[in-house]
Amino acid sequence: MDKDTDTPYGMPEPSTVTWREGVDRSTAVVVMAFVASSVAWLLVGSGFALVASIKLHTPGFLGDWAWLTFGRIRPAHLNTVIYGWGSMAGIGVLLWLTARLCRVTLPFRLPLLVACVLWNVAVAGGTWSILAGHGTSVEWLEFPYHWSFVFAGLFAILMFSALTMFTRRRVSHIYVSQWYLLGSVLWFPFLYAQGNALIHGNLATGVVQASANWWFAHNVLGLWFTPIGLAAVYYLLPKILGRPIHSYYLSILGFWTLALFYNWAGTHHLIGGPIPAWLVTVGTVGSVMMFIPVTTVAINHHMTTKGHFDKLRISPTLRFIVFGAMSYTVVSFQGSLQALRTVNEVSHFTHYTVAHAHLGVYSFFSMVMFGSIYYIGPRLTGREWPSAALIKGHFWLTAVGMAMYWVGLTWGGWFQGLAMNNPDIPFMDTVLMMIPYLWSRTLAGVLMTIGHVVFAVSLWRIFWLRASDVKGPTLFDPSAAVTGGEG
Amino acid sequence: MNRVTLLYVGILFTVVLSFAGLTIVPQQQLGSLEPIVNDDGTEYPIEPTGLVAHGRTVYISLGCMYCHSQQVRPPGFGADIERGWGNRRTVARDHIYDRPPLLGTMRTGPDLANIGLRQPSSDWHLLHLYNPEITSPGSIMPPFSFLFDELTLEIERPYDALSFPPEWDPGEDVIIVPTFDARALVAYLKSLNASHTVPEVPQ
Repeated sequence: MDKDTDTPYGMPEPSTVTWREGVDRSTAVVVMAFVASSVAWLLVGSGFALVASIKLHTPGFLGDWAWLTFGRIRPAHLNTVIYGWGSMAGIGVLLWLTARLCRVTLPFRLPLLVACVLWNVAVAGGTWSILAGHGTSVEWLEFPYHWSFVFAGLFAILMFSALTMFTRRRVSHIYVSQWYLLGSVLWFPFLYAQGNALIHGNLATGVVQASANWWFAHNVLGLWFTPIGLAAVYYLLPKILGRPIHSYYLSILGFWTLALFYNWAGTHHLIGGPIPAWLVTVGTVGSVMMFIPVTTVAINHHMTTKGHFDKLRISPTLRFIVFGAMSYTVVSFQGSLQALRTVNEVSHFTHYTVAHAHLGVYSFFSMVMFGSIYYIGPRLTGREWPSAALIKGHFWLTAVGMAMYWVGLTWGGWFQGLAMNNPDIPFMDTVLMMIPYLWSRTLAGVLMTIGHVVFAVSLWRIFWLRASDVKGPTLFDPSAAVTGGEG
Repeated sequence: MNRVTLLYVGILFTVVLSFAGLTIVPQQQLGSLEPIVNDDGTEYPIEPTGLVAHGRTVYISLGCMYCHSQQVRPPGFGADIERGWGNRRTVARDHIYDRPPLLGTMRTGPDLANIGLRQPSSDWHLLHLYNPEITSPGSIMPPFSFLFDELTLEIERPYDALSFPPEWDPGEDVIIVPTFDARALVAYLKSLNASHTVPEVPQ
């Protein structure tokens, strides 16, 4: 192991264990606060999701209250899982990874803790506003305008703290995860401020607001969740496997092509819409060019893991991470294809797109976050996960639920689109044919929600239980643990 | 330029590039679009005011656009025009007064770009909002009965009380009247009409 660069793989040496403990301990309270909040929002968001899902096949369900009408529950679900679960879990992981990779203790701990509290207040307030009827009907920016100023301030604190760690870093080598993390903390505050100013601040007019909307919304995944998720995969895969990333040059190529192309892809949400043809074309080109970063990342991750897939039986973190990384490849290829006019003609305006969105935000990003939290948890608390069975339950409930969700809505959505494009089929038939698939989604949602409850129980126990009888890392199959890769 | 500077510059450059390309350039191109002035001095489109403007806020507040789009795709791309959702594709000019435009991304229900033209009856809209099954059997649209008041007092039947078909009649002494929000929402829906000829779409 190269001591100067400390590439993050291999067995820990005695000298490195000391600084790691110090760095981990410095991040503990802040990261635990963000992670605990994120999981609370995951439960709330799952509740909204279930209600929304049931309403689509049983429209009278909870139908007497304006607060719970589908058009409010759906954005309440989206915003709690995006700004509550996804962003808060992402920030927790981002701060911990940045501190570790820069080998510095976490600065500004009190401001960050206050930011975490205010973040919860803002998500709660924004969600309340949506349910009360003050949502904006601008997808992914449904919180009323005033909440965006609170979020902008909080993003600034986060950015300042991450950049401070980066400037103070005690390692000259910049590992690939750090490029992605630096990208996410610089990209997202800019996107968020511009998106709000252009749309809610009316700096853009008419359909340009729609273009700005999808530039923003697509990049929440592309330039915020994806870089954090990939940074975690790039860090944890080599850590757990105890071997280096396959190719440094593929990493470079993957990062810069993602930076160049992903942020142009958003206007593929407007194919066939009332915007200039060139605007749609650049969206399609950007989407198709995403084949490059996705292929390079997929090759890089696969070649790193190749020959070590048996470790999936042992390491909880690895199982979630590999599931997420594979989903990233699938969702990205699917996204590129979906941006082609011929495919989009069918898939647009259907549940096919809904399945695709969940494959990205859930199957890729959320699963990677679960895996990361399983890795980070013991390092923050000094305790081990109390039960391998709970982790196993979490994995299978969410993995099976997600697979069922995606297969049902992708299949059903495609036929919904074909039927919609055939004017001989009455529109009502396109509604009725979806009902069985909508039921399958509710069932899938129940599985995933139970998985989240199981996860929350695990998290509760490792965060709050004083003593732990567990000695050594919690693995699925302790007898198989020969290598010390979980270090 | 060292590698860290390159990283910072590259990260900021890429996002500013797409920001310019997908928002600033289109704003330059489309920001100056004007309404069409007809020979008789009327304009298209017109800025929503009064009841229609309030109805639009109700549409936004209830999240109608999560199931209904407001855009007609061009002939040969989908079957929007064959389905009778419009007589032409919709264009940027149709939306110059929309803040925000409610184009939508989902068609759980049908497109509404021309609903005012396709369904001009207020009575139909009110019954449909009160309980979609009355007018559209099989519909999975939620009932918006909370946009209506139920009067059970012994009063003379108000002029705007809903008239139900016999099989849905709630009974002689139950009178259902639309609230202000319901009437505004219907006024907004009836105002949706993108059939005016525009220079962007040749006849």
